[in-house]
Amino acid sequence: MNKEILIAGFGGQGILFSGKFLAYEGLIDGKEVSWLPSYGPEMRGGTANCSIIISDSAVGSPIVSNPDILIAMNLPSLDKYEKETKAGGQIFVDSSLIDRKVERTDVETYYIPATKMASDEGLTGLANMIIIGHMIAKSGIVPEENIEKAMHKVVPATKQNMFDLNMKAVKLGFEY
Amino acid sequence: MVVFDKPNALTENTLHYCPGCTHGIIHRLVAESLDELGVTGRTIGVASVGCSVFTYNYFNCDMVQAAHGRAPAVATGVKRSDKNNIVFTYQGDGDLAAIGTAETVHSAARGENITVIFVNNAIYGMTGGQMAPTTLPGQKTQTSPYGRDVEAVGYPVKVCEMLSQVDGATYLERVAVNNVANVKKAKAAIKKAFQNQIEGKGFSLVEVLSTCPTNWGLAPDKAIGWLEENMLPYYPLGVYKDKYAEEK
Amino acid sequence: MADKVLMKGNEALAEAAIMAGCKHYFGYPITPQTEVAAYMAKKMPKTEGGVFLQAESEIAAINMVIGVASTGKRVMTSSSSPGISLKSEGISYLAGCDLPALIINVQRGGPGLGGIQPSQSDYFQATKGGGHGDFHLLVLAPNSVQEMVDMVFKGFDLAEKYRMPAMILSDGTMGQMMEPVSLEKGIINEYDKSWALTGTKGERKPNIVNSLYIAPEELEKLNFERYERYKKIEETEAMYEEYLMDDAEICIVAYGVASRVAKNAIDTARKEGIKVGMIRPITLWPFPKKALNEAADKVKKFISVELSMGQMIEDIELAIRCKKEVLLCNRTGGMITTTQDVLNKIYEANGGKQ
Repeated sequence: MNKEILIAGFGGQGILFSGKFLAYEGLIDGKEVSWLPSYGPEMRGGTANCSIIISDSAVGSPIVSNPDILIAMNLPSLDKYEKETKAGGQIFVDSSLIDRKVERTDVETYYIPATKMASDEGLTGLANMIIIGHMIAKSGIVPEENIEKAMHKVVPATKQNMFDLNMKAVKLGFEY
Repeated sequence: MVVFDKPNALTENTLHYCPGCTHGIIHRLVAESLDELGVTGRTIGVASVGCSVFTYNYFNCDMVQAAHGRAPAVATGVKRSDKNNIVFTYQGDGDLAAIGTAETVHSAARGENITVIFVNNAIYGMTGGQMAPTTLPGQKTQTSPYGRDVEAVGYPVKVCEMLSQVDGATYLERVAVNNVANVKKAKAAIKKAFQNQIEGKGFSLVEVLSTCPTNWGLAPDKAIGWLEENMLPYYPLGVYKDKYAEEK
Repeated sequence: MADKVLMKGNEALAEAAIMAGCKHYFGYPITPQTEVAAYMAKKMPKTEGGVFLQAESEIAAINMVIGVASTGKRVMTSSSSPGISLKSEGISYLAGCDLPALIINVQRGGPGLGGIQPSQSDYFQATKGGGHGDFHLLVLAPNSVQEMVDMVFKGFDLAEKYRMPAMILSDGTMGQMMEPVSLEKGIINEYDKSWALTGTKGERKPNIVNSLYIAPEELEKLNFERYERYKKIEETEAMYEEYLMDDAEICIVAYGVASRVAKNAIDTARKEGIKVGMIRPITLWPFPKKALNEAADKVKKFISVELSMGQMIEDIELAIRCKKEVLLCNRTGGMITTTQDVLNKIYEANGGKQ
């Protein structure tokens, strides 16, 4: 297996954090992984994206230009990366922020109103984790049972409240 | 009975300085201070670029030779490596007040616990007498052949006055080595600058007004006269800052 | 074996330096090396005897490095391309004073202020000296976060063994990416440091750390001696990795992030039956000349994959004595060669897809 994932959205949506969580999922599962952020001024409120690769063998280039899985958390990201997604790949769309449909017909498409669900459930700022949870459920690239372990790696032990909220968000997305 | 001898902190090497140059006196004052304070064995000196470039041959302690203007940064590294090291830089006016201004100001601002010996002779000596940041208005040099024109090239930098505005500096004094009385005062200032470091008091700088007979084009005695007539009025002697005296 | 953790290359490198006994770090803010300084600022004050100091300039930082290096202790600075230019003066002094130190260059696009995206355009600067005068730097080019760690230990060791500065030539991608890394302590050898400035304690003659030699005969002699040392390093310390070279007809040469992209292209081309392999220099100086020259007797063509306008390609041509053609596959200015770019160049070298 070699899955290339691109998570893209606005700076501040927790793109890099959710990517790190996903990378740990892969690591705990015994896979080779890489995580690469976009960096620089564009992070200041502009677009942010994160390349994650989860593979059975050593990861080659850490740069994902043609993802197997695209998570689009705003319209510019969908506009930019929809056409780059591999045929047969999967596109996950935060439908509360993106009001258009995916035009490609050779990919699997999943719509989830992650941002709205987050605000409805008192999980403001955790739409990223909701959509990641949904992606894990639908793609099956990492096992469900590692979610808690991976979360421990990215949320400090001293922040139990944060841990619980993030777990709730992932679960919400997973079960959607 | 020996009544006058070479300090232990000076090596046997013959100084390369020109006849009448006051670097020799200043070297001796530094060496005497190190000996009297009993710290020569744990002293590391930082040589600069200019006439004082060869000081590593003259001081009988471990020495590192720094790039032009960078002595205070090198000294920062040496001091931070082991705070028991007694660290001094020995720099001229071009080195300290032109190319190394940033290092000078920022080592003072950080309050680095080092001692800076700043020899101001109002000219670049080693390269043959060019205009220095401390060259006086109207003073003729190789690169100000018609005299320093302040309209065109600006005014001299008064280092002690400038650094007295830097909160991190501990002790700043300007001295001269033009007569016996002033040499004694210079010695006291240099020794105090080292004593401050031993006591962990922070950044100390002693500016020593010095002569350059060769590049000023004057006989040694006339050079002393020129220093007194021209440099002393422009660069008044005295203590510009003494943080611990103020607190008493 | 230590548990694998996910770490950014820059942070793993900084942690490795502390593990390697480096207690002094001097730096100045610049992207994309930022995390190295930030990590040091956080960790050094919690390390016994640790010193982090943000200098007033890159120039001051490298001179602070010289100060600590002259006392015989491990010391490091990091920067990105324009900052390395400023450090060049100090790097030359380190070489001239025969002082060990570790310098990190997390490269970005140039020339001038350039950009902040990943690049390999400081290859010439790093491998051909990196300052005035006759000298070399040891140049290590990691291509994974794990190697960022390993090269820190290697860099300090070689620097102390040969008394010369070492540089880790990384780039924005290597610095910013996270990969699983095992933070294991590498080998720390003890070398003679009787030259170090520790104070005479009245028990020995003064030690002098100096690069000034007014007599040309003396300076020439020292330069010859230094180049004897360099010759030995070239003979014994060149590091490289071969990938699918046994039956290769096309040899890709790439380092750092470019080698990761090249690997993807090689895997694809192999599936299509094209016999392509790679020699990845891990040390850029010493350059793995012997391995390349031997490969030149077996392969038909070389491809230099680099994120610069054709810098390493010159060393490849020299190493193989121009026995075979070397094609260039490059992007620059912060753009990164894609797998398809490399694949297309492989097709070109192969005279078509088949």
